[in-house]
Amino acid sequence: MWKYALKRVIQGVITVWFIATATFFAMHAVPGDPLSGDKALTERIRANLEIKYGLDKPLFTQYVIYLKNISQGDFGISFTQENRQVNDIIREHFPVSATLGILAIVFAAVGGVLWGALTALYRNRWPDTVIMFLVILGISVPSFVVAALGQLSLVKLNNLTGVSILPVGGWGTVWHMILPSMVLGLGTMAYLTRLMRSSMLEIISADYIRTAKAKGVPPTQIFTRHQLRNAILPVITVLGPSIAAITTGGFVVEIIFAIPGLGRYFVQAVQQLDYTVIMGTTVFYGAFLVFMVIVVDIIYGYIDPRVRLE
Amino acid sequence: MAEIPMAPALIDAAAFTRIEQTEGIHGISRPSLSYWQDAWIRLKANRRALWSLYLVAGLMVFTLLGPLFWQVDPAQQDVEQISQPPGADRNITLVPEYEPWYGSPDAPGEGLRFVADPSTQHVRIQWDPMPGAAGYRVYRNIFPIGPEQALGLPLQETDLSQTYFEDRLDLQPRDYFYTVVALDPRNKELDQLQTIQGAVTRVLSPSEARARGLIAEHAQAEIGSSYTLALHPLGTDYLGRDMLARLMHGARVSLFIGFFAPFLYVIFGVAYGSTAGFLGGATDQFLMRFADFVVALPFLLFMILLKVVFAIGPGESGILPMLLAMVLLLWPGTARLVRGQILQIREEAYISASRLLGAKTTYLVMRHMIPNTMGVILVTITFAVPSAIFTEAFLSFIGMGVAPPTPSWGSMCNEGIKTMLTTPHELIFPALLISLTVLAFNLLGDGLRDALDARMRNRE
Amino acid sequence: MSNTHITSIDSEDAFAKSAARQLLIYGVGAVFVIGILMMGLQGLASIVGSGTTTADAIDIENQSITIAIRTEPPQLNSTLATDSSSGMILAHVMEGLLRMSMDDQLEPAIATRWEVTDQHATFWLRRDAKWSDGVAITAHDFMFAWKTALLPELGSEYAFLLYAIKNGRAINEGTMPPDSLGVSAPDDFTLVVELERPIAFFDKMVTFQTYLPIREDFYNTTDGKFGADADQMLYSGPFVISNWVHGSSLLLERNPHYWNQQTISLKRIHIGYITSDAGATLNFFKDGKIAYTTLLAENLNDALEQRWHIQREQDGTVFFLEFNHRDERITRNRNLRRAMQLVMDMEELVYKVTKLPGYIPGESLFPGWLQGVNDKFRKEYPVTKLRLNRESALQHLELAKQELGLDKIPEIVLLTGDNPVSNIQSEWTQAVLKRELNIDIKIDKQIFKQRLAKMTSGDFDLVMAGWGPDYDDPLTFGDLFASWNLNNRGRYNNPEMDRLIEIAQLSVDPTTRMEAFAGIQQLAFDDVVLLPMYERGVTYVVHPQLKDVKRRVVGAEVDFTRAYIVPAR
Repeated sequence: MWKYALKRVIQGVITVWFIATATFFAMHAVPGDPLSGDKALTERIRANLEIKYGLDKPLFTQYVIYLKNISQGDFGISFTQENRQVNDIIREHFPVSATLGILAIVFAAVGGVLWGALTALYRNRWPDTVIMFLVILGISVPSFVVAALGQLSLVKLNNLTGVSILPVGGWGTVWHMILPSMVLGLGTMAYLTRLMRSSMLEIISADYIRTAKAKGVPPTQIFTRHQLRNAILPVITVLGPSIAAITTGGFVVEIIFAIPGLGRYFVQAVQQLDYTVIMGTTVFYGAFLVFMVIVVDIIYGYIDPRVRLE
Repeated sequence: MAEIPMAPALIDAAAFTRIEQTEGIHGISRPSLSYWQDAWIRLKANRRALWSLYLVAGLMVFTLLGPLFWQVDPAQQDVEQISQPPGADRNITLVPEYEPWYGSPDAPGEGLRFVADPSTQHVRIQWDPMPGAAGYRVYRNIFPIGPEQALGLPLQETDLSQTYFEDRLDLQPRDYFYTVVALDPRNKELDQLQTIQGAVTRVLSPSEARARGLIAEHAQAEIGSSYTLALHPLGTDYLGRDMLARLMHGARVSLFIGFFAPFLYVIFGVAYGSTAGFLGGATDQFLMRFADFVVALPFLLFMILLKVVFAIGPGESGILPMLLAMVLLLWPGTARLVRGQILQIREEAYISASRLLGAKTTYLVMRHMIPNTMGVILVTITFAVPSAIFTEAFLSFIGMGVAPPTPSWGSMCNEGIKTMLTTPHELIFPALLISLTVLAFNLLGDGLRDALDARMRNRE
Repeated sequence: MSNTHITSIDSEDAFAKSAARQLLIYGVGAVFVIGILMMGLQGLASIVGSGTTTADAIDIENQSITIAIRTEPPQLNSTLATDSSSGMILAHVMEGLLRMSMDDQLEPAIATRWEVTDQHATFWLRRDAKWSDGVAITAHDFMFAWKTALLPELGSEYAFLLYAIKNGRAINEGTMPPDSLGVSAPDDFTLVVELERPIAFFDKMVTFQTYLPIREDFYNTTDGKFGADADQMLYSGPFVISNWVHGSSLLLERNPHYWNQQTISLKRIHIGYITSDAGATLNFFKDGKIAYTTLLAENLNDALEQRWHIQREQDGTVFFLEFNHRDERITRNRNLRRAMQLVMDMEELVYKVTKLPGYIPGESLFPGWLQGVNDKFRKEYPVTKLRLNRESALQHLELAKQELGLDKIPEIVLLTGDNPVSNIQSEWTQAVLKRELNIDIKIDKQIFKQRLAKMTSGDFDLVMAGWGPDYDDPLTFGDLFASWNLNNRGRYNNPEMDRLIEIAQLSVDPTTRMEAFAGIQQLAFDDVVLLPMYERGVTYVVHPQLKDVKRRVVGAEVDFTRAYIVPAR
């Protein structure tokens, strides 16, 4: 078991290295650079700045220097926020995005499993129809529409009741987390509901369930130990990549609710071609993702006895 | 055959009668159906799936044949009909050409008054000098001025000598309330104001009417005559372009990306994932690590890069790089899912049985495993479709979508959100179409899953 | 034998019911777990939380207000700051030699009086002006700041504003040492500036943020991080930054050492939200969480319905279509440009398409708010009024085709940015030119950095550009098309234009200068150097209890320093 984990970790490091390399060269291949601004710079000043940031060296040299730095944990200084270390940016803003993301995933997973199981049980009866209708609504509306509508509805509600039920934006307390994470998790919740339903339906008609019922196993046990547990498996597999999608898709939610998260920084960095921030966040997210996948795989191995970890 | 011992008390011999031997009772009750034939029958029987099939077909017709019937140019702008909801009034009256106006000091009347009838071409107001004023400010409101003294939009400041104002800003055929406030030398408002109310009528000048084909090129233009502007059954957008035409052309972009991208990357993901799951071992590890690597790549960055690599010139719609980017970057999700399922199925009894009977790997994968993962695969496809449409909308949101003036449902939604409170039709129609597409694919996916799921095959 | 006669439906039903009950239990359990999770995460999240975002827009007891800004200032080093967020915050926490009053007149700030001659500008500083740590502000602080801004290795984009001072340009290019800058301090409270050449408006230039003071000993302790955080700055203005949570909020509190306390009423300005989404800031305003927001055309009717007091100002910028005048581009042909000029109705663009009050249809390179000799510049020297004329345009188009030797005008590339307003305008431009002149325009939509790269390399035919004033003198617009100006992305090169610009730069006589500007204005029109589209305005709302919020066209966009709160009616 531990040998397996160790092997995965080593593979993970190699994967992250690939990610860093691919991103580095892709980034430099895109036209433009972090130094150009609205006011044009004279040749001399530009040359000075390039030397200062090490952009004058040949590309491969820059790459090697960069690798050396990150192996020591130094991601450099942001180009656009000139006196902030990328490490600081990640350290301060990732917990915010992570919190938002974790809550969104938890909402999505819990909701998805519960609603999915419910619709499978009451297949083709009214709970099924109602929930599936909401699911379709949930997946056919883009995230920025949901976010804008959500915020607007909250404002109207606050005005109507004269009381500030929930904050409409900003960050800092438990109350600030509720609306943004629900908005963020909505799409994924709809998806997981569907997945869970499909998975449950297959299992409900499976032979071993019939056997268990015939044997007289109490319904609660059948439900939890056999149906739920097996049906959850596809949901768990999907959770890994969903986490990545949510943490980067959180960008829209972060802007609309004025949340100081890393997703917002990252997209702005791509637009500004802030090399160090792009590299830093990509490597960081990459490592994080790889780690999450490893964790999910190990959990999967625990839950499903049929899968033997090699 | 030996006699079967029976407990005589339990079984009453009289309850049984011997039946005759008959021929031909072991015939085939119905023809043996292949997997696909069986699936098709079950699909047809599913009413909801059938409806969704019709819906998808309907959307295809809308996209491909629609423009043949509704031949309106989606890029044609009409600034007189900006953001008109369907069914809006389209009557116009002809008025003389616009000439700049610099006040009519001899206009009759006293106080704040209209000089000429207010129209969408101009609203001209004139007022008498107010005592103590060093200047004036003109406001316009669409609501009557209540006790809160909310005067409305400040349009212009004028100096002492200018006691007239011409308004041409976004005039709509409705009632407007104009207020003129006196200002002191430091531009602070004094307590003196006057308000009037007027109704604006929709008008056109002869040159504008000719440009729209309402009057023939060399025909005489009669001032005061009425005409009707072009019909837009679903209204117009923020530049006066016909919504119906834009939806039809937008469908091409959205459905193309929404259909082909998921189709392609799911197929690839299935092939990849089933290979990894089936082969297992080091190959599986390597393949999955590569999939992890692809997932972690920053999507946006590679989108930009692919656009550059394909040297997308200005004005080209940029659909192909977007498609390519999505296919290249989005397959790992499916691959992981399928691999997980394969890992489960691999251990099932019938797989070992097949293998013992000598089945080859490809046969096992194609004939046994993939049909059994159909359920999950189909759900993935039906979710990939809206997800692809939304990705395209998101890219428009940050400015990397299709180039204007090519419309797409996603970018239309984007634009529609901004005005959703005032002109909801700009958001509702594209959003509705996206929802219908999503609904159709979902129901179809449901139906397909029920039809194709091998495990449900036995249930008649 | 037990009675196991249960039909399949019944057992399924009973199964479903019991399963549903199970689900309910799990559901309730999940809610509890989520609640606990949220509280746990709060510990994590409040590391970055702004804490006081539950504050209201106006708090009269504590004399505090809450506002939002669009982007976070990258840093607040006055020698490097270029964006509007930094400019706005610096205007609240720093003060320089002079400032603009509420009536837009030049007034003393740290300098009590000043004198500008052809060779020198002398400033006499007050003795009671102090930094936020209590130490007096002296002439040395200004000298140090200016020398630092000119350091070549710093790469300051606004260093060129200091070229007015003797040797400024040479220092910035590295050919002379920083100490050769033409400034001296005969005593701690007198600053003498040697001018490179006579500049009529030098006193107005020193109000700009690049001229703000920096204290040398403090700067050296910050070890390269000056301006990066609240404690890495010293403040000379009415407020100090007492808390800066990056990406989230800034808290400005009254500077107890500011010399002019009686003009300041507010005790705290809380910048509680950082978001670029206009809809979100409007929601915050509606919810009573911020005291000021700008409006877009889409929410005007909503604002009217809310009965808000709407205000409108010019924001000082001019937007125009810039042509590429390089030799290989067809837009170098003047007849082609004239044809376009004669069919584009900017009034239609402003009144029907953009629909925001405050936008003035463009007529000239110079915006209307610029001051001339005694009155507004455009009043004293009006530009030729353009009369649109389609027939004439078509004739010019024919001439263009003959001159270029073409049968048909090829596709023209219009480079544009990615914000929604420029989208609408570029689409409108494309439609108009197609309809009136049958010219095909291809819209090249690029995001920020790629657009800049293309502009610099000249990879465009037309580009939609805007220019805002760096200082309050027509020269900031007038020198845009000088052949040596790097911001002249279209590389327009006309010796007559250069000659007029040099006159405007070198002369100190107001009338001579204004006449030169009038010449530039006319030349820009006659030679169709650019097509002015509009002068931008801004429509905004302020909380009814907050008074004296000042907007300016030059310098900080919005100024709350002298604002005060009145009780609710």
